[in-house]
Amino acid sequence: MLTATAILIDGLIEASYLFLVALGLTLIFGVMKILNVAHGSFYAFGAYASATAIGWWFASGFPDYGSFALMFAIAIGLGIIFGLLLEVGLLKRMYGKDEVIIVLVTFASFLMLEDVIIWIWGGNAYFAFEPYSLLGDIQFGTLFYSNYDLALIGLAVALAAGTWLLLNRTAKGRLLLAVIHDTEMAAAFGINVKRYFTVTFIIGATLGCLGGAVMAPKISVAPGIGVEVIVLAFAIVVIGGMGSIWGAIIGALVVGLARAAAVHLLPEVELFVIYAVMTLVLIFRPEGLFMRQKARKI
Amino acid sequence: MSPAFRSNLLQIGLPVILALGLFMPDWAIFLGIISLAKGLVVLGLMLLWRTGLVSFGQGLFYGAGAYMVGILPQYLPITDALLLVLISAVAAGFLAFALGFLLRRYREIFFAMLCLAFSMIFFGILVKSESLGSTDGFNVVETSYLGFVPEEPIVMQRMLYITAAVVAWFACLFVNRYLGSTMGRLSRAIKDNELRVEYLGFSAKRAVHFKIVIAGTMAGAGGALAAIAIGHVDPEMVWWIQSGEFVFVTILSGVGNVIAPLLGSVVFEILRTFAIEYAPQAWQFVVGGCLLAVIMFLPGGLWSLIERSKEGKDDGNSSR
Repeated sequence: MLTATAILIDGLIEASYLFLVALGLTLIFGVMKILNVAHGSFYAFGAYASATAIGWWFASGFPDYGSFALMFAIAIGLGIIFGLLLEVGLLKRMYGKDEVIIVLVTFASFLMLEDVIIWIWGGNAYFAFEPYSLLGDIQFGTLFYSNYDLALIGLAVALAAGTWLLLNRTAKGRLLLAVIHDTEMAAAFGINVKRYFTVTFIIGATLGCLGGAVMAPKISVAPGIGVEVIVLAFAIVVIGGMGSIWGAIIGALVVGLARAAAVHLLPEVELFVIYAVMTLVLIFRPEGLFMRQKARKI
Repeated sequence: MSPAFRSNLLQIGLPVILALGLFMPDWAIFLGIISLAKGLVVLGLMLLWRTGLVSFGQGLFYGAGAYMVGILPQYLPITDALLLVLISAVAAGFLAFALGFLLRRYREIFFAMLCLAFSMIFFGILVKSESLGSTDGFNVVETSYLGFVPEEPIVMQRMLYITAAVVAWFACLFVNRYLGSTMGRLSRAIKDNELRVEYLGFSAKRAVHFKIVIAGTMAGAGGALAAIAIGHVDPEMVWWIQSGEFVFVTILSGVGNVIAPLLGSVVFEILRTFAIEYAPQAWQFVVGGCLLAVIMFLPGGLWSLIERSKEGKDDGNSSR
């Protein structure tokens, strides 16, 4: 029973930050049909920038709780920078090329950004634990959890709800749904698809950076965190169905819980259990759990 | 894209070029072996690419070949390099055959992701296998060459280079022949419209399966050669970044021709060696930048440069 509770809570915490990253990834894929490998770098940049900024914030003696706002500010700032740099500066020139070529473009960007991170922050690990301990602990039976972890879950739920409202209850969101559904048709009806692409990429990048920013207090920010996260986010997005928001939620839950279960029950399989799940999903539902099969073109 | 290459150049020209490689300076011979080894993997990817398929998990077969070389001599008294490479290639080919039953049902990004998934599962198993050295990997035994055990490392490297060159040459001849055959020529048709291929009475799935097996076999041979050359295997060979690198070299090379992958592989290894030597903090940046530059300015890969210079003489037989 204790293990089951631990798996459930650990899984939810894991799922919530992965959801932030995967939501950005799936949004970009849904709208632009780009599988963005550089998303892992967004996460890493968010984490590094946030760790550095939190250190500076607390060293300067600013109000403690302001550090939470700081994380969001950093994520949005970085999201805009990356959006402009990658989408406007690079990807815009690539539309019309093969999907796979565009994946390689983002892979190239990923490789370059990985080195940029090393140039800026070096190979050392950064820690920014202050916000983590700020919120205190909570006890479930004999298990202790930080309130920060629960806040993460809350943030993920809020973002999921926010995305749903945005897409279904606002005019702009509904237009975006039209773009997701059929880009050409949307353009034919006078929607400025290019602007939606740019805005979507910025929002997606912001979510990736936000994932890193809110995780910074929880982990040691060291080289390689981007690579680690992107392979998990890939799995989530494929499991849920590429481009599906609900898929990202379910995918994140599946991956988070599977990983937590593996860590508690069978640590040997931790690394590949996620990919085993992903393989199973691909075998039985090639388009992912939440996507309908597309009609074949003749 | 001419389906098959003029074969006299392949049958005589390529072995001459490969033989000339034997007179390379000592430091370059290792580079030559690795280039040929990775060139074999890229040759397989090129075959898939022409069918419109990209594998983001070719490191799986590369690593399988490499680990086979490491494990086999522990159980069987085999140390002959060529034999080890052949057995490893066949083993990787069988793995590709088995996985092919699943892989052949998928196209586009789903194919790429399923390949990635398989390679990541293998990576996960390797990392958690204490007996296989976990993340450190383990060393590969000294190899012999037709009963001859070289004493000096440099002699051994030259022997291995000959082995690699022979394997690469045969692979090129085979792939070239395959590309010229009906099944090989179907590649483009499958890429353009699979349903039409089926209506013509061919099984696109079976054709794709066959390509997966060839690509897997060659990747296994490449991995085996690399393992012997490096003298060590580790899970990094299976890691998705390695697989991405293979896809990159495929783009760099261009897919017009069977020589292109070998050429592209040599260029890439030189690029990487110099980047690591002169800019160790920036070699990923350089590699990424080159990848972007190739995609933007040279979409046909390096081979298109050669094609372009030839176009004046031929009457533009190649479509791109």
